[in-house]
Amino acid sequence: MIRRRLTGYALVLPGAVWLAIFFVVPMYLMWRLSLNSGSVETGFHFSWDWANYHEAFTLYDTQFFRSFYYAAIATLIALAVAYPLAYGIAFHGGRFKHLLLLLVLAPFLTTYLIRTLAWETILNDQSPAVHLLNDLGLISGGRVLGTTGAVIAGITYNFLPFMVLPVFASLETIDRRYVEAAQDLYASPRTAFWRIVVPLSAPGIVAGSLLTFIPAVGDYINANFLGGPNNRMIGNVVQGLYLTERNYPMAASLSFVLMALITVVVTIYLRLAGSRALTGDDLSELG
Amino acid sequence: MSSDAAIAVEAPARPQVGAPARALAWLRRNGIRIYVGCAIAYLLLPIAVIILFSFNEPTGRYNLTWGGFSADAWLHAFSITGLTEALVNSLKLAALSSIAATVLGTGMALALVRHRFFGRRVANLLVILPMTSPEIVVGSALLSFFLITGVALGFQTLALAHIMFSIGFAAIVVRSRLVSFDRSLEDAAADLGAGPLTTFRLITLPLIAPAIGGAIFLCFVISLDDFVVSNFNSGTTLTFPLYVFGASQRGIPVQVNVIATMLFAGTLLVGLLAVLFSRRRRRAQEGAELEPRA
Repeated sequence: MIRRRLTGYALVLPGAVWLAIFFVVPMYLMWRLSLNSGSVETGFHFSWDWANYHEAFTLYDTQFFRSFYYAAIATLIALAVAYPLAYGIAFHGGRFKHLLLLLVLAPFLTTYLIRTLAWETILNDQSPAVHLLNDLGLISGGRVLGTTGAVIAGITYNFLPFMVLPVFASLETIDRRYVEAAQDLYASPRTAFWRIVVPLSAPGIVAGSLLTFIPAVGDYINANFLGGPNNRMIGNVVQGLYLTERNYPMAASLSFVLMALITVVVTIYLRLAGSRALTGDDLSELG
Repeated sequence: MSSDAAIAVEAPARPQVGAPARALAWLRRNGIRIYVGCAIAYLLLPIAVIILFSFNEPTGRYNLTWGGFSADAWLHAFSITGLTEALVNSLKLAALSSIAATVLGTGMALALVRHRFFGRRVANLLVILPMTSPEIVVGSALLSFFLITGVALGFQTLALAHIMFSIGFAAIVVRSRLVSFDRSLEDAAADLGAGPLTTFRLITLPLIAPAIGGAIFLCFVISLDDFVVSNFNSGTTLTFPLYVFGASQRGIPVQVNVIATMLFAGTLLVGLLAVLFSRRRRRAQEGAELEPRA
């Protein structure tokens, strides 16, 4: 029994230690860095300087709000687009199910950055698609690139497979006999869908929403390539402060506040959704 | 599939109706299939653009508008030294980190599914946290760590980072396989006198081999695609996505699209082969009735 327990530790420790050193310790050090004062020229020193946190909320509240707003809209659109897609593949995919799933994942096989550049190609001012939209009078001002809509559309597209997969996985596990039973009891297909299928796929919806929302809040690629100066998200600010301006304490505090805000939002969401979808063993259904 | 059969049997029994009504009925029956087709076309549209523009003859420095057909970039795919170096870095990094992360992640998955030990919940949390944190937080925290500890940024820090964020994905893929197969097979081997190592080698390992392969593939693709964490921790070393980001500010060579197309085709081929292989394997298993769960 003791030997068995030791085997367990021998198996889990290498990975766990790696994650502790390169994830947990960095989180702690970033928090310490955020309380430093000084500059690159004079050097930084730890001083319990909470001013960075004050500035995080006063100087960058617009970017924070924008990030959460864009991510929320993109998550809702992604759900609306992904649900019927996942449903169609799960219930009508037949023998093409695996192939269709592979096609949903295909965008992940091209570099994220290049996918976004492809949207820049599709949406740039000279593109036929934008001319068509202009001629139809569907866009005002004649441009798509550099607008809020373009950034949200880019985020939606880039994280869409993250929504499709968990929803598909939970639809797959639904016992079809429940749906048949509902129809035997004279439920219309519509009623059976809303009363049986949708509630049973709730864990997938919750997991998919989080897997879309969380990376979307921190994203800066879409704002960088598809947005204008008024679309800068908090990710753009953090990246600029870390890598260009080298104001490490300020950047660290913003990154830390971002993590804290996401944790709060996700906790509230999970409370409201009343789900165990993102804890422990339930995640196995995403694999 | 069973619902399709039911519809096919039902259809002739319906009373004859006019053409518009029939068209409406057809649309109602096939609407979801049409939608799936459109949604997948939308998902694939940028990929088509990437491939198309690998044959472009751009008029300016930016490969954003169509200037005419040319296979020039394909014929000189590796003629840009910086780009080729970045590609080689990416492939080396992906190979190293996917194998290391899968070894570490498989160990964690085995321990979490098959063993009870103190700290199991913490280990579970460690697996999930990096995956559920925004990449920018993961990347900036690691940069803070390297800045404070004074580790020089470069290929080595990229490798440490890529292994870290891949472990969780590997662990989850292997774990989902471990929980789904019949544990009595392992017990039977033990009953027949096999030691833990022999049982693992002869029973467990062959059964989870497809998942291990899947985990390596997934981690490889994730590493190859990573931009954000690499952006923070690369120093002056360039990977393919980092090269593209740098180039996007001064003009992107068409070769970027050529290499993106090659990577896409290569990984898609591996993915397709895996789907075919798993289908054959499942059929063989169903035939042998080795596994009660399909």
